[in-house]
Amino acid sequence: MDKTPHTEPRQSWTFSQEVNSEIRRAAATGIYDIRGGGAKRRVPHFDDLLFLGASMSRYPLEGYREKCDTSVTLGTRFAKKPIELKIPITIAGMSFGALSGHAKEALGRGASLAGTSTTTGDGGMTEEERGHSEKLVYQYLPSRYGMNPDDLRRADAIEIVVGQGAKPGGGGMLLGQKITERVAGMRDLPVGIDQRSACRHPDWTGPDDLEIKILELREITNWEKPIYIKVGGARPYYDTALAVKAGADVVVLDGMQGGTAATQDVFIENVGQPTLACIRPAVQALQDLGLHREVQLVVSGGIRTGADVAKALALGADAVAIGTAALVALGDNDPKWEAEYNALGTTAGAYDDWHEGRDPAGITTQDPELMKRLDPVAAGRRLRNYLNVMTLECQTIARACGHNHVHNLEPEDLCALTMEAAAMAQVPLAGTSWWPGKGGF
Amino acid sequence: MTVLDMSQVALRELNSTLQAAAKDRKNEAFDITNPRGSHAVAVGLDGPLDVTIKGSTGYYCAGMNKEATVTVEGSTGPGVAENMMSGVVTIEGDASQYAGATGRGGLLNIKGNASSRCGISMKGIDIVVHGNIGHMSAFMAQRGNLVVLGDAGDALGDSLYEARLFVRGKVKSLGADCIEKEMRPEHLTFLKDILEKTGADAKPEEFKRYGSARKLYNFNIDHADEY
Repeated sequence: MDKTPHTEPRQSWTFSQEVNSEIRRAAATGIYDIRGGGAKRRVPHFDDLLFLGASMSRYPLEGYREKCDTSVTLGTRFAKKPIELKIPITIAGMSFGALSGHAKEALGRGASLAGTSTTTGDGGMTEEERGHSEKLVYQYLPSRYGMNPDDLRRADAIEIVVGQGAKPGGGGMLLGQKITERVAGMRDLPVGIDQRSACRHPDWTGPDDLEIKILELREITNWEKPIYIKVGGARPYYDTALAVKAGADVVVLDGMQGGTAATQDVFIENVGQPTLACIRPAVQALQDLGLHREVQLVVSGGIRTGADVAKALALGADAVAIGTAALVALGDNDPKWEAEYNALGTTAGAYDDWHEGRDPAGITTQDPELMKRLDPVAAGRRLRNYLNVMTLECQTIARACGHNHVHNLEPEDLCALTMEAAAMAQVPLAGTSWWPGKGGF
Repeated sequence: MTVLDMSQVALRELNSTLQAAAKDRKNEAFDITNPRGSHAVAVGLDGPLDVTIKGSTGYYCAGMNKEATVTVEGSTGPGVAENMMSGVVTIEGDASQYAGATGRGGLLNIKGNASSRCGISMKGIDIVVHGNIGHMSAFMAQRGNLVVLGDAGDALGDSLYEARLFVRGKVKSLGADCIEKEMRPEHLTFLKDILEKTGADAKPEEFKRYGSARKLYNFNIDHADEY
């Protein structure tokens, strides 16, 4: 027996098992990985911030007794009919096609019960979501799939999608296996072919054109609907400033943790900035223009809890939007389907092949049998519960910081646990009055 | 005949008047004078109406038109008749970029030339251009027909889906996945009808047809060079 000491097997940090498996997968298939979901890598996030509850220098409000308002009005700049919501949490745009009709209905039911809005997506407006959404934002997308002036008029607001957090600058790909007759019909394409969502609008090329495009949309809808502009979190200061210049009533800012139905993994993980890093520059742009709070800011990308909501608001947002979290609330990646997730080569919590149309939870699919698994009434109630819990969490933090409206949360209510988070959020490192960059260096 | 003078009437009032008249479905006639290159003129008309614009317009003239007949006695800026649903839009002069972009139905009849990206992402509209069209026209076009009596610029029909392209003149180059296709009897019949309808001075037999090779319809790594 060889008694020579041997070095223990050592895995490479650079060539980890995960990296090696992706190399092998790429070598076998010849195509990059396309998946749904959002960024999975660890990036500085709201978890790296803490609230400074009141003690002596601030005076808290009594929980469950003293009023803490959560209402928000979006679109007060130009629109004749701004959107009034009971809570500062909205449902982000997700397409019919990526999602089943039942899932769309459930989102509408849940959001309406909680007093907030839902948003359409690539693929157009379905009766399920218009019928069950008290307030519906109609996305005007580069692909213009399902675009229809009648639906434009039936919407409560119009969201011009310029970019998405998971893929700023990128388009999408809905693979042929999800393209049923209904999905294909709404998109004016044949059944079963891959459907590319364009990365840019076909008929305008910059903010000056966009300003005129917005004029057209307002003329068609009698200047009633608030116009949102959604940008991916890449250059938040300039994108926000240009969106405002183009005439936005509301800017929707989607950080890199934002979800997607079907995009290249390399894009999701490597393009864009963390949501945390995007908020302060966007708010700064609004403040520099003298329009903070007059043009509302909706932040999305990785919002999960009432604490995340409160932190986004404290940094200057007027509301947040949730996508992935809403799908989880409906029942996506539920452990009760574990055996079926295993059969697909994954596990509950990690399933992200939404583009393949085989979602065991019946949410990101067009398979009629799988779709039946989602009860839109029950799922809508789950979403309502989740939205209510987030709101209560946000309120309880706001009260502890002494505020009678969640919009009164401010950066001074926060400190950061890490240097990175302190620099990105421009709030002091815990235990100090300093953040990197403060004072000009 | 009602005359709306844009030197006297604001854009909002003009469009409100036209939109209300379209909704009434009385098929009224309007003349728009002094458009002076204004943007978003006669947009969102949702019903039968006969509108004549006496002069040139800016961006998005007759955008999202439904059922109405809009005639521009001049030239138009970018995005004329964008996302048109039905009806007829006629341009007596030239059209700028993105004419008929994402159009879903109806007829866009351009008597002059059209610039780049004519019919981009078209989804069911018929577009007839009596002159030439610029580069990247019919990019990602999904459904409908683009008929060009003159020449086409570079990369015609790049990433084309099921739209049909008919060109009488020269095509500078075809885009990815766009190929020349056989002209069958049904195509000649279609051309005969639409040429007559638009008053175009051409014969169906003079055209070549282009369409999708459908090689890029489902991703295949062997076609990566096309991207």
